Amino acid sequence: MSLRIVVTVKYVPDATGDRHFADDLTVDRDDVDGLLSELDEYAVEQALQIAENADDAEVTVLTVGPEDAKDALRKALSMGADKAIHVEDDDLHGTDAIGTSLVLAKAIEKAGYDLVISGMASTDGTMGVVPALVAERLGVPQVTLLSEVSVEDGVVTGRRDGDAASEQLQAQLPAIVSVTDQSGEARYPSFKGIMAAKKKPVESWDLSDLDIEAEEVGLDGAFTKVETATERPARTAGTIVKDEGEGGKQLAEFLAGQKFI
Amino acid sequence: MAEVLVYVDHVDGAVRKPTLELLTLARRLGEPVAVALGNGAADTAAALAEHGAVKVLTHDASEYADYLVVPKVDALQAAHEAVSPAAVLVPSSAEGKEIAARLALRIGSGIITDAVDLEAGDEGPVATQSVFAASYSTKTRVIKGTPVITVKPNSAAVEAAPAAGAVEALSVSFSAQATGTKVTGRTPRESTGRPELTEAAIVVSGGRGVNGADNFAIIEALADSLGAAVGASRAAVDAGWYPHTNQVGQTGKSVSPQLYIANGISGAIQHRAGMQTSKTIVAVNKDAEAPIFELVDFGVVGDLFDVVPQLTDEVKARKG
Ligand SMILES: Cc1cc2nc3c(=O)[nH]c(=O)nc-3n(C[C@H](O)[C@H](O)[C@H](O)COP(=O)(O)OP(=O)(O)OC[C@H]3O[C@@H](n4cnc5c(N)ncnc54)[C@H](O)[C@@H]3O)c2cc1C
Ligand SMILES: Cc1cc2nc3c(=O)[nH]c(=O)nc-3n(C[C@H](O)[C@H](O)[C@H](O)COP(=O)(O)OP(=O)(O)OC[C@H]3O[C@@H](n4cnc5c(N)ncnc54)[C@H](O)[C@@H]3O)c2cc1C
Repeated sequence: MSLRIVVTVKYVPDATGDRHFADDLTVDRDDVDGLLSELDEYAVEQALQIAENADDAEVTVLTVGPEDAKDALRKALSMGADKAIHVEDDDLHGTDAIGTSLVLAKAIEKAGYDLVISGMASTDGTMGVVPALVAERLGVPQVTLLSEVSVEDGVVTGRRDGDAASEQLQAQLPAIVSVTDQSGEARYPSFKGIMAAKKKPVESWDLSDLDIEAEEVGLDGAFTKVETATERPARTAGTIVKDEGEGGKQLAEFLAGQKFI
Repeated sequence: MAEVLVYVDHVDGAVRKPTLELLTLARRLGEPVAVALGNGAADTAAALAEHGAVKVLTHDASEYADYLVVPKVDALQAAHEAVSPAAVLVPSSAEGKEIAARLALRIGSGIITDAVDLEAGDEGPVATQSVFAASYSTKTRVIKGTPVITVKPNSAAVEAAPAAGAVEALSVSFSAQATGTKVTGRTPRESTGRPELTEAAIVVSGGRGVNGADNFAIIEALADSLGAAVGASRAAVDAGWYPHTNQVGQTGKSVSPQLYIANGISGAIQHRAGMQTSKTIVAVNKDAEAPIFELVDFGVVGDLFDVVPQLTDEVKARKG
């Protein structure tokens, strides 16, 4: 039987742009270009490698996001994924992590899966919790934050480099995996890949396709509320000196003045 | 007074500093009740009592070491049921965030991650988050269920606040999911003898400008003269000059020390995401146009191979 891999990818505002909040305190997506979260490219890469090593496998990329999130799906398809699912619904605007995990879990179940691969964290919300939440909802093992991953005979193994130790993990499929940026460089889409992506199927689902009520998601359904968002004042300009032989001593003088020495 | 659950991060009974900081924040919201799990759990009580824990709920079982995350979620859920707290606070480690998120989902609550401050509010705790690479600061609340909040290291001072710290055994029954992901091997990190990167008061970092693994000795010498931790940019880590555990930034550690010294680091947005909340920032870089200089309190435009050793000698001389 074919190994069904679902890769969750997020469409995010470019981190090198001038990101800010809209009036309703959600992420302003109008003023900054969006793209496939760079950390999800690693998830796509590992999915493609696992698929290449399997007898028969199919890689589906899944995103929950606005209209433009199709760009993220196209990028993943041009890297080599087989098909894509776009969950899009106006009622999703402002969904928090708990709500996002509900939508992803329902969509993953509907798509059918043996293995889900996610990124370590998005580059905008940066929470690093969605894979664990999806595992909790689906009731399958969470094998997260892997720097190394492989799948053989229905078992996923990998290395998780934690704070205190590096751990070797193992679980039976179906399972939810997330991979770090240490898992291996992501491939660039080839010209052929980009052309092929245009013909690959992209399905669009809305909340009713997933039997989710509008009140369960979006700003209204959120479990958290952003009360205020304030731009941090720019740091006050510091003193900059050019080293003319005394730079280290001048720096020491500054540190002593600040009582660090 | 309302009780506040604090999840204890410890290594064989030695409580890590971020947990003591959580106790300071928990006391703003109510009476801290600590939850310590796994090997050495009961040994944490003295340190926790000294910093304000009125109770310490403990449980040890081999599952905590043998399986990933879920056994700890089961235990924290049991503690939540036993105590009915006003909030649950967890240190913002990678594992801490995963435990907190799954707990929140189970108890029908929202989750806030990576808070850098916490205050009591009329409608429950208000968390401050530093977002978009620290260019914005948000105030956020959990509006459904018991607030579950993870807090970054160095978000509060460790304060002595002696309390009873009575040890009570927590009764835990593991869920069907608890044994889903087996830990088949574990290699502990080698200790460098330097402070923990995320907990250190001073961090000295090196980037591509350090130009080689051997040259990191210069960075380490400065760090040791100041009693600091050593950090590295991703460029230095990717080049294989320094271990990934020392990487500072979006995909490495997020640090917020009293003093951050960046050497040969340009200051890319992903690096800034991990260090921009440092109290005082200092940089040495030979390019006067490097973006890192936009952040600094004091900067030296110069060659780090001249400036850093001179600084180290001067620090040593002044410290006598
Ligand atoms: C600055 C900021 C702060 C926020 N703080 C909070 C908060 O404290 N609490 C809260 O509940 N919500 C918060 N949110 C909202 C939250 O970011 C979104 O709900 C988001 O969809 C899930 O969190 P994340 O992006 O941090 O995901 P992470 O947990 O960091 O994502 C990990 C992986 O999950 C997958 N994934 C995540 N989102 C999607 C998606 N939409 N489609 C497909 N795959 C996805 C990707 O594979 C990704 O690599 C915040 C958002 C922002 C922008
Ligand atoms: C998704 C993603 C995640 C990322 N995560 C991280 C992360 O966690 N951490 C991180 O650091 N980066 C991260 N990056 C990479 C980041 O974008 C930069 O590429 C990286 O920070 C550059 O490292 P650097 O400053 O050491 O090197 P460079 O940008 O090459 O800068 C080197 C600096 O050293 C100076 N220099 C050279 N020689 C000397 C000398 N002799 N004396 C003094 N100065 C000298 C140069 O003037 C220059 O400014 C990430 C990127 C992406 C896309």
